[in-house]
Amino acid sequence: MNVLETDGERLLVAVRDLLAAKGLVTSAEIAERISVTDSANPGQGARMVAKAWTDPAYRARMLSDGTKAAEELGIPMRGAPPLGVLENSDEVHNLVVCTLCSCYPRAVLGYPPFWFKSAAYRARAVRDPRGTIAEWGTVLPEGMKIRVVDSTADYRWMVLPRRPAGTESWSEGQLAAIVREGDMIGVTVPVAGS
Amino acid sequence: MEKDVPRAHHDLGGVSKFLCEPVDVESHALTDFDKEVDALRSILGQKRVMSVDELRRGIEAIPEADYHRLSYYRRWIRSITDNLLVKGVITEAELRAALDRA
Amino acid sequence: MAGSMFAPGVAVRVKNDWPETRGPVHIRTPHYLRGMQGKVIRQLGAYPNPEDLAFARPAATRPLYHVAFDQPAVWQEGRAGDELLVEIYEHWLEPV
Repeated sequence: MNVLETDGERLLVAVRDLLAAKGLVTSAEIAERISVTDSANPGQGARMVAKAWTDPAYRARMLSDGTKAAEELGIPMRGAPPLGVLENSDEVHNLVVCTLCSCYPRAVLGYPPFWFKSAAYRARAVRDPRGTIAEWGTVLPEGMKIRVVDSTADYRWMVLPRRPAGTESWSEGQLAAIVREGDMIGVTVPVAGS
Repeated sequence: MEKDVPRAHHDLGGVSKFLCEPVDVESHALTDFDKEVDALRSILGQKRVMSVDELRRGIEAIPEADYHRLSYYRRWIRSITDNLLVKGVITEAELRAALDRA
Repeated sequence: MAGSMFAPGVAVRVKNDWPETRGPVHIRTPHYLRGMQGKVIRQLGAYPNPEDLAFARPAATRPLYHVAFDQPAVWQEGRAGDELLVEIYEHWLEPV
């Protein structure tokens, strides 16, 4: 039998043991990496969005260089791919996808969600974006255009959603609390009631 | 309408077969297996043993039926193993012996 | 940007090439864009060619562009004004 067809859980154990025996990768390194990766989460992106909503100069910096803007807020970006930020407006709504695999702004948002990696999302988002976001109950205002951004190369993309009405007096912390993972990919939009 | 072109099977944008498939919007927590595979790839990348590009190539080489049947991180571990073998980091004999031991 | 062929605003066509038919490859230009016309929005920098990195071959640095495509033109369906914005490497683009 082709050894690559072995069950994945068995392959992992065997490969991990071999790499440890060869001194290439230790179990301590794996544990440490898991804990570092676990600490990235959508709350980081939410803080960037909340700051952009309240600070026009930060917003401009975020749109111009997402990586630096993330680092400004203490989000570790060393070794991460360049981060691009796409601004939603009154005319255009952005939707991010990776049709070829699952390229996702992990350094800022954490692990990609299951749906982002699914064949259904990867196939449908580029061709039927409105039907795709309807899976989350998202309906855009009549006349708004959709821009679907297929992450095919070295950049990773996140969406800067529009600030919802009714939040004018809110603090950055209150604003960050209503920004969800899906809002920063474009499958949903933030709502003041969240 | 499907474009009648020789696309690779991982190249899924707009593919008709999936256009009627619902998107599972539920959050599915990562298992320990998932996180370990993810961490392993990341470390191998950082140590310049195997790049993310090589990971993708290995995933794309998975035959179509298996590609769609395997879970995301099962594709990854298959590709990682493939790459480690191709690059001579591990040998098939070593791998089979390790599998028998476990 | 120095060394780049295409300025922002320029019309480009994605090459109607299918390396997949000639042997094992790793291509980051989606099938649905091959032969399609788009507009360069901006250059995104220059990066080592993933087509070579994927096979651990020496990889030349290639300019990368953000290129916009009209949705209905790509799919023969969809809403006017909707667009696709995709990262495409210079060697996959030709002038219109």
